[in-house]
Amino acid sequence: MSGVRVLVGTRKGAFVLNSDGKRRDWNVSGPFFAGWEIYHMKGSPVDPDRIYVSQTSGWFGQLIQRSDDGGKTWHQPGLPNEAIPPPGPPTALPNRFVYDSSPETGRPLTTHQWYDGTQHPWEFKRVWHVEPSLTDAETVYAGVEDAALFRSTDGGENWQELSGLRGHGTGPQWGPGAGGMGLHTIVLDPTDPKRIYIAISAAGAFRTNDGGQTWKAINKGLRSQYIPDPDAEIGHCVHHLAMHRSRPDVLFMQKHWDVMRTDDAGENWREVSGNLPTDFGFAIDVHAHEPETLYVVPIKSDSEHFPLEGKLRVYRSRTGGNEWEPLAKGLPEKDCYVNVLRDAMAVDTLDDCGVYFGTTGGQVYASADAGDNWAPIVRDLPAVLSVEVQTLD
Amino acid sequence: MSDAAKTNAATVRVGLPYHLRNLAHVEGDVQLEVAAPVTLRAVLNALEARYPMLRGTIREYETGQRRAFLRFFACEEDWSLESHDKPLPDSVASGKEPLLILGAIAGG
Repeated sequence: MSGVRVLVGTRKGAFVLNSDGKRRDWNVSGPFFAGWEIYHMKGSPVDPDRIYVSQTSGWFGQLIQRSDDGGKTWHQPGLPNEAIPPPGPPTALPNRFVYDSSPETGRPLTTHQWYDGTQHPWEFKRVWHVEPSLTDAETVYAGVEDAALFRSTDGGENWQELSGLRGHGTGPQWGPGAGGMGLHTIVLDPTDPKRIYIAISAAGAFRTNDGGQTWKAINKGLRSQYIPDPDAEIGHCVHHLAMHRSRPDVLFMQKHWDVMRTDDAGENWREVSGNLPTDFGFAIDVHAHEPETLYVVPIKSDSEHFPLEGKLRVYRSRTGGNEWEPLAKGLPEKDCYVNVLRDAMAVDTLDDCGVYFGTTGGQVYASADAGDNWAPIVRDLPAVLSVEVQTLD
Repeated sequence: MSDAAKTNAATVRVGLPYHLRNLAHVEGDVQLEVAAPVTLRAVLNALEARYPMLRGTIREYETGQRRAFLRFFACEEDWSLESHDKPLPDSVASGKEPLLILGAIAGG
């Protein structure tokens, strides 16, 4: 019988939530990596037992963890827990993220813009997002802060930067958002393994058509307060991107303010906020079987990161944007002042599409009917940073 | 470690903070064979060789520098700012006292 596995990253550890296809009764396991920040965890579409995790700490730095058995056991890639390492130099350096500074890049990749407008060296801080390949369980991408894209082709044992992104001519103009300069979104084109979309706060969205060697800023049509140039190529605070796998040219974006849409792979964007009560927010996702059905969680403003009027509501559009309906059944109707972060919403692919999101208050809500009805799976986890879902046969 | 080095090696005890003990799957102090002279660098090299899952968690990968929020203590003295090549006190080198690696206390 089919089932779902929900992977939840929190401020204080990781949790795995399992249910059958009815999605009514849940088994909660964890915390794994207790006490550590788990920015993101995601399973391989090729091998659902393979799960990659970004584990981080202000004290101890960045670690990559991996499970090969669906989240029962974990290890750092290439470093089995019990084995005594062989003599000689290590062959696996799963936590080593070093920016490419080789002469072959041909560009000075050394600085970006700091808060005060001066140039600042790139400094690795953490992995925000892991994105397993759609075709190879050993290949996985990592979006990091300070913004860069890394790839591993050996299951996370070693990482190499795809430095063409930082080498984009605008790199020295990129600046950090309030939360740092993170590459937080990676969307892989299921029809073309060489085409990848990424988003950076606060540089904007970029696309490669050649597997990461060269990149194009795709921000035309975005309008951001405080950016005086309406045609600014970069500088926009893109919060998240979402795609339906059947239409890789159509992307939806939750920008700092504004919900946006492109129908030409990012060449042009148009606003589809429509009748949303506020179009500030972080999370956005698309129904698994209806490419024109999308979900956002409106947040009051960039000054007040909680729902309007203390009512937690998901908004759904069945028209690809502009016309939105509130979904509130089963969600708090008062006194709710949580946030829903950019990577904290996901959908499953069961016939009745399930929708899931986690809050900074530690709740993970699930809907087994595309958002019509909601119920909490758990209520009292640490603040939720990310939610991903695996649909299991 | 070569046979000759082993004859000059001492058993050094290292106390790790909670999260690093969990990462290394150890309880209590770890014991390491470290060839003389027993310095911070030699102890950390031995620690990371025996427990490679700790690489990068105590020292920065590229620079080998101590991570900012970790501290080293030996015989109740703060060694955090000492050269990594300075010999540790005899009582640490002989295993009588542990080298302590601590997470700095932050918050209030």
